[in-house]
Amino acid sequence: MNIPKDLYYTETHEWVRIEDGFAYIGITDYAQDSLGEIVFIELPEENDQVTQFSEFAAIESVKAASDLNAPLSGVVVTVNEELEDNPELLNEDPYENWIIKIEIEDKLELNKLLNAEEYAEVCE
Amino acid sequence: MKQTILHDTHVLLGAKMVDFAGFMMPLVYTSITEEHLAVREQAGLFDVSHMGEIRLVGPDANDLVDLLFTNNTRAMTAGQVLYGMFCTPTGGVVDDLLVYKFNDQNFLLVVNAANIEKDLAWINQHNTFDADVIDESDHTSECALQGPLAQTILQKATPYDLDNLKFFTFEEMDIYGHACLVSRTGYTGEDGFEIYGTHEAIKAIFQTLLEENAPLKPCGLGCRDTLRFEVALPLYGHELSETITPIEAGLGFAVSFAKSAFIGREALLKQKEAKPHRRVVGLELLEKGILREGYDVYADTARVGHVTTGYLSPSTGLSVAMALIDKPHDKKDTLLEVAIRKKRVKVKVRNKKFYEKHYNK
Repeated sequence: MNIPKDLYYTETHEWVRIEDGFAYIGITDYAQDSLGEIVFIELPEENDQVTQFSEFAAIESVKAASDLNAPLSGVVVTVNEELEDNPELLNEDPYENWIIKIEIEDKLELNKLLNAEEYAEVCE
Repeated sequence: MKQTILHDTHVLLGAKMVDFAGFMMPLVYTSITEEHLAVREQAGLFDVSHMGEIRLVGPDANDLVDLLFTNNTRAMTAGQVLYGMFCTPTGGVVDDLLVYKFNDQNFLLVVNAANIEKDLAWINQHNTFDADVIDESDHTSECALQGPLAQTILQKATPYDLDNLKFFTFEEMDIYGHACLVSRTGYTGEDGFEIYGTHEAIKAIFQTLLEENAPLKPCGLGCRDTLRFEVALPLYGHELSETITPIEAGLGFAVSFAKSAFIGREALLKQKEAKPHRRVVGLELLEKGILREGYDVYADTARVGHVTTGYLSPSTGLSVAMALIDKPHDKKDTLLEVAIRKKRVKVKVRNKKFYEKHYNK
């Protein structure tokens, strides 16, 4: 299972990468593997407010629908619209294909997230 | 948790194993879509050893099966298979099953894994006849070979001429030298066979079939469900249940009113004559998304039913569902709405056969 060292994680299998003061959010390798073939994603819109540990999108595999929870709170700056037509990109490379980019509201929220080591334990 | 004899084989093949009706079963080996299309276009092999097998034998075995089963077993010839249900006096379904007739005194019932205990209790409760009820589930395994190449593949494994095995009939034959019972039946909408034998026989057959036939793919329960769904075959607990009758499910063909008496007959006949108040229909989603089991269906603000099974259909690419819908909203082309999470999406009522069956009749 691929768990990059430089990301923060949630117990519900989302990751967040901090870059240039923005947060890029996606799903982990473990998540895409558990879900199986991802066939549809329901994305939020730009300027939507997302809240830490609350649902911000829904993802559907052949078998079932699952909610995605935001690792951090903030306003959506960019949505990766390529995923609407090619949701399978999340299976192919879940770390390269981020889902949303948000403006970070409160950096202290990072303290509530897991590092790679802690997240690896969740996946065991 | 129970395991089938093929458990280690599935794990070696890389299957994702899940709990299904108390059994660890393969959900998927590679991808549900790939396995689904393999069955539609070539052939797939399923371990379905979780299914229950109940034998009714004795001088009055036919009387017993006749009292419980909705379809007409008297009209069956030896070697025939018939689909039908056990119903309650109010017409709800205890289970749906296949009946294999060996002769008037010997029937094999193949029932859903989740219902084995319930079915046994139901049968025993009504067995005032000179007939023995024997649960053979624990020493019977089963695999299903399904798809357009199924006959070609199985013919290489048996001396029996499979051209003689007609749709919904069975025969005892050797497969790779193991004595088996083989029927031309399945749960995919494709031509194919269901093979019953001892644990050792089915293990050897499953493995040898895969080794000797390159285009044959092991297939999990994930695609078993998408395959049966596309051709509108019901799944107990979804399109049929103790509160959904066969008439409501559109399975009246499996209920024989020509029979004088069986449990549930009066209630089902009354419902058929008065027309049921609701019906299992097809829905097609007119926007993006996927309809899932349990989602509520609305006509304006009124809730008029619920989704029983829904998928992005792998064969057609359509986002479709089966749903139990109140009259008069069940008519073809009626526009309705389904609540998906926090929003409403538009759907249209349609025929629930999303894909054409390809049986070899």
